[in-house]
Amino acid sequence: MYPESMQESIKKVKKTRSERLKLVKSGKEIYPMMTEKEREVVLNKFHPDYQPDARRKIRIGPNKGEKLTTEVADLLETYSRIDPKDFDLTKPDYETDVLVIGAGSAGFAAALLAEENGVDVLLVTKLRIGDSNSMMAQGGIQAAVRPDDSPVLHYLDAIGGGHFENKPELVRALTAEAPDGINWLKDHGVMFDRNPDGTMITKSGGGTSRLRMHSARDYTGAAICATLRDEVLNRPDHIKILEHQPVVELIKDNTGKVSGAVLYHLENREYFTIKAKATIITTGGFGRLHIRNYETTNHYGATADGLVISYRVGAKLMYMDSVQYHPTGAIYPQQIIGFLCTEKLRALGAQPLNKNAEPFVNPLEPRDVESSAFIRECLERKNGIKTPSGHIGVWLDTPLIDQINGKGAIQASVPAMVRQFARFDVDMIAEPILVYPTLHYQNGGVEINAQCETNIPGLFVAGEASGGLHGRNRLMGNSQLDLIIFGRRAGKFAADYAKGAKIGKLTLDHIYEYEKDVKELGIDRLKISPMVLPDYIPDAVKAKQLTTKYHGTLR
Amino acid sequence: MADKVKMVKIVVLGEGFDVPEDLTIINALEYAGFQLTHGVGCREGFCGACGTIYREKGDYKLQAGLACQTVVSDGMYLAQIPFVPAEKPVYDITKLKPDITAIKDNYPIVFRCVACNTCSKVCPQDLEVMDYVQALIRGDIERAADLSFDCIRCGLCALRCPAEIVQYNSAMLARRLCGRYLLPESKDLTNRVKEIAEEQYDKELDELVNMNLKKLKERYYSREIKLFDI
Repeated sequence: MYPESMQESIKKVKKTRSERLKLVKSGKEIYPMMTEKEREVVLNKFHPDYQPDARRKIRIGPNKGEKLTTEVADLLETYSRIDPKDFDLTKPDYETDVLVIGAGSAGFAAALLAEENGVDVLLVTKLRIGDSNSMMAQGGIQAAVRPDDSPVLHYLDAIGGGHFENKPELVRALTAEAPDGINWLKDHGVMFDRNPDGTMITKSGGGTSRLRMHSARDYTGAAICATLRDEVLNRPDHIKILEHQPVVELIKDNTGKVSGAVLYHLENREYFTIKAKATIITTGGFGRLHIRNYETTNHYGATADGLVISYRVGAKLMYMDSVQYHPTGAIYPQQIIGFLCTEKLRALGAQPLNKNAEPFVNPLEPRDVESSAFIRECLERKNGIKTPSGHIGVWLDTPLIDQINGKGAIQASVPAMVRQFARFDVDMIAEPILVYPTLHYQNGGVEINAQCETNIPGLFVAGEASGGLHGRNRLMGNSQLDLIIFGRRAGKFAADYAKGAKIGKLTLDHIYEYEKDVKELGIDRLKISPMVLPDYIPDAVKAKQLTTKYHGTLR
Repeated sequence: MADKVKMVKIVVLGEGFDVPEDLTIINALEYAGFQLTHGVGCREGFCGACGTIYREKGDYKLQAGLACQTVVSDGMYLAQIPFVPAEKPVYDITKLKPDITAIKDNYPIVFRCVACNTCSKVCPQDLEVMDYVQALIRGDIERAADLSFDCIRCGLCALRCPAEIVQYNSAMLARRLCGRYLLPESKDLTNRVKEIAEEQYDKELDELVNMNLKKLKERYYSREIKLFDI
């Protein structure tokens, strides 16, 4: 149920619906597609990435002088949580062959492959194992399996979608190994949607030239991630797990190799050290940085910790100037702000409308253009709809889906989303939903090669934390695939590396060197990272927590 | 400016806190000044980290739900559950048979089900939990996998079960058995994996990797798009 203040606008939407339906049925466009010039104008003026202060030059570290997303640069130009002199690195608390940091699907795939290649694994995570963005993916996972498809076409789609900026060797590995990845998941017991004759049910996704999206109902990411978690738990002899313990720094040895990490126990507040022959970072992305104050579709733990600790040991970042905003995040009710409302809704006929129930953009412009048009309608033209909590959004007229495709179409195509809105008394089958762009994905990350190696020996990265695979624009369904293909690769290559690695004297001196540069910039000593967890405590409460000291966002 | 939101009092660890009435339990706890390090996850109802028990004012009943999906009410008495310490046996999926023997060997506890239906009533996903437990008891792996598909593994079923069954873990085994052994084989997938192993696409992929930008763009923009089943 929408509050009184929003009812007037809803009435208008209902009133004009039959007219708009007529227009759709006549085969006419509800709103013309923008010309190339018009797109350029709306992007430049309204896309969050194109705002004058959206990017700034980073002043220290391996990407010094390069423009990065401002919040990322701010996060990197900070002090460490620890003082190296407090640690006796001659007596590490844990020793392992391969250390995997982050327990989503990429971390699980890495741990499994490392174990299969004959080494011991320590898997550490700051929340419970499996609590990750991987678990939340709904849409699907790409792989060229159909007879009319091929890894070659998948390669073309991915690299064209990334505006030809993707690293070719990564795209090659991704697309050539995709069918084997699906097969591997199937062998572990992931129940992909299949027809009675066994053929995989495949759908299209933005930018795919074939039906290539495999799914497990609305719970694709959860099905994959939970299955791999179960398998990781089946190998306790060689995969040890530490939960609720974020890594706050990487350890090097005297030859400059990454050789372990420092853990912080979130419950008892102790610090521990790990000595490892190889280290894999699978910590995911940065949604919880709330870049430009955007709401996010991301997990509580998506705070770019892996990026920070990698940068401090000298690992190079790639494409950390680009952010993926999804046009249709929920903005009402209050409880589900930022949640993803899949692109499928618009593909099925749901129309974006302003407060006067007028169409103002074609529903299927590219994601960045569509988002920018929503922002323009709300901020410049003041045609958004205000919610009781002060947020502004535009309507997405979902009831049209049933009117166009027949009764029951919404329930059948997006059951999880219907359930989600119904929990908070919004019936999206009968009433429109209110949406606004939401922060969705970190396109860039730590630069890797096809072996998941970084420029620092001993440090491997896979999944959303890595950069290069997607260029500055990822296609739907290639992130789930990324986790599996590069998670496995990282596990294998790190295991191979670990077998021949000789670790010298452990050191944290790189932190002193890094902090020297931070200090020279005159940065406030209280600015600390990695963030570990976002901070949602109101200022008024904090003001009364008189004896509590916050280190960054943590008490 | 936001309209003024009505405040309600929630009770955490015996102490009352005033919070806006439209917050979920997770948001309300943070509003009250708690920094959450457990019992919190994706915050969108997918990960099952925030399954929680609470009591409403004037009601003797213990309710259960996801803290990220449940809105507070005046007088609500809250507890936080860090995780459910449920048992998960270790098994080798490649050595199991997709029938009742796998259930007997790994989750004999499901046979203790007293059919009280508490698990179904407590499930925040509204799954028919008891029905899938009964399917496991019959050795109907496919049925159990199907009924439990939307499970988010919050563990609330296991917490409330008087027979101490770990429903959500046993269902995970059923789905894995089903996905590995019982779903019909995709011949396309088998063929494609074989073709790739035989390096049938390597030459063409290598060409693309080494192609100059102009030619690559031509290939991309001239590719045929086929998005319908023939």
